Amino acid sequence: MNGLETKALTLAYGERVVIEGLDHVFPKGKITVLIGANGSGKSTLLRSLARLLKPRDGAVLLDGKAISTMSTKAVARKMAILPQSPECPEGLTVFQLVKQGRYPYQNLLQQWSAEDERAVKKALKTTRLEQFMDRPVDSLSGGQRQRVWIAMVLAQETDTILLDEPTTYLDLAHQIDILDLLYALNRNEGRTIIMVLHDLNLSVRYADNVVVVHDKTVYAHGKPEEVITPELVQKVFGLKCLIMPDPVYGKPLCIPCGKGGRKDHESLRAVDTQ
Amino acid sequence: MNRYTPLRWKRVSLLVDKKAVAALGAFLLLVAGVAILSLGSGDMSIPPAEVVKALFGAGEGMHELVVRSFRLPRILLALLAGMALAASGAVLQGIIRNPLASPDLMGITGGASLAVVTFLTVFSDRANALTVSIQWLPLAAFLGAFLMGTIVYALAWKGGVTPLRLVLIGIGLTHAVQALTTIMILFGPIYLATQVHIWTTGSVNGANWNQVTTLLPWALLLIAWIWISARHLNIQELGDAIAGGVGSRVQRERLFLLAVSSALAGSAVAFVGGIGFVGLMAPHIGRRIVGSSYGALVPVSALIGGFLVLGADWIGRTAFSPMEVPAGVFTSAIGAPYFIYLLLRTRN
Repeated sequence: MNGLETKALTLAYGERVVIEGLDHVFPKGKITVLIGANGSGKSTLLRSLARLLKPRDGAVLLDGKAISTMSTKAVARKMAILPQSPECPEGLTVFQLVKQGRYPYQNLLQQWSAEDERAVKKALKTTRLEQFMDRPVDSLSGGQRQRVWIAMVLAQETDTILLDEPTTYLDLAHQIDILDLLYALNRNEGRTIIMVLHDLNLSVRYADNVVVVHDKTVYAHGKPEEVITPELVQKVFGLKCLIMPDPVYGKPLCIPCGKGGRKDHESLRAVDTQ
Repeated sequence: MNRYTPLRWKRVSLLVDKKAVAALGAFLLLVAGVAILSLGSGDMSIPPAEVVKALFGAGEGMHELVVRSFRLPRILLALLAGMALAASGAVLQGIIRNPLASPDLMGITGGASLAVVTFLTVFSDRANALTVSIQWLPLAAFLGAFLMGTIVYALAWKGGVTPLRLVLIGIGLTHAVQALTTIMILFGPIYLATQVHIWTTGSVNGANWNQVTTLLPWALLLIAWIWISARHLNIQELGDAIAGGVGSRVQRERLFLLAVSSALAGSAVAFVGGIGFVGLMAPHIGRRIVGSSYGALVPVSALIGGFLVLGADWIGRTAFSPMEVPAGVFTSAIGAPYFIYLLLRTRN
């Protein structure tokens, strides 16, 4: 089966069309990162994949079935979404928040099954939050708070996890911490991860597959090494840059040609004469 | 996991928050205590032990008459109205995700008041007698509250309803409805003016068993309904995207909860008038004690609401005796500063 795909998907806010007639397959069991300029529609695309935004036209398919025809709870048992900077009610504890990830499995009579308990415990363990279980979420640091939300999404026990800029507002060390956690989930448990990230260099480090959203469609996609070129960055972000393999991991490293620390360097001269 | 105990039986399962059970027990005792004190206070003072005896039909004949026939309906009405307003407020704060939401500020009690005043004006004859049975009054209040809730919701609709729009439109319409109520009073029979004035402030004066038995099933059923909807409320509080993501039908649940909340506020207003700020304060105090989880918050807030109205009524009829001060005066006297405190606190 195919995992998540879009068929002739058109997304719009009122008159403004954001994505037009998109056919795209998101590979199963991989980490896919959506990149693009501000307002390119990458978050909009992610929201529609998670059925939070109704398509103007076309469909999103999950394992070959249109998600609009499935019950929303059935979708929630297969796919979870963590929106950008969610807000937590004052005083809610870590445990109280994480257990709500079990919502799609519960009903009037069955509100806390043994299965629910196991899933929540596992999610807290994976995110190293066991010792914070009874602490109010708002008393934790930014990095810990983000781990709590990820734990909630994990408690949902879905094959596919969508995340909208999970590292916003975090310092670099915590950004890496969150990305390592997601990386481990993908490599150890084979979960499909599709996320929007802002930082181009971090995106290519963690992505198996990058999807460049530009001009109302997927402008380019594939392995970061093949997709990320100076021409693409110029075209999509309107930024002159140099791309070279980073000395340690060998992934493409983007060096923007800004004015700061200006030097006379031959590779910069080459860019200038383009 | 020492704060929680899971209960499981076949396919039925539930997680019990022991802290909430303890809080619930404590407030039950507190409410019972104030109720006994209040039942013993008045022109004829009865000691608490005698009150309890009278309640169980083992007291003196005179005590039984005063406690059971005269005072008990008033106490129960105060308790029920407080519970209904508090539960209504707790729901609104959840679906609107704003600690300042309450049935008064959202125009829901205002809608109920307008309906009641309109009812009294339209169905009074020249001799100031009602031309239809007073039994229809609660229905009018309920419809007023419900209609108002729906109008606020409909006006706030823009491909879904955001909490902010709901609050802004609620505040705007509250003022419009208050103006209409005043106009109704001006055109209505003169005797109505003083009556309505007391009633809109909120008072349980003149309660009778008939009112109690009408309100009781409504209030308890609706509060129970909210209680079993707790997980929907919990998920609503996390915002539309999270709620939608875990498979909640966000807009449908929100509309439904708004309807239940209006019904509760409306049924309270029908019998005791607009006792202010209870719907705002009680859920807040509840949150401080048991946290934000609705399974615990709904019953605890309801008891706190009942306690507030009961206490306000007790003080109102004993502190300035023989003059009676409506319970709503006291709840507003505590509630208005509380509201300002909340405003200042949420500003940071």
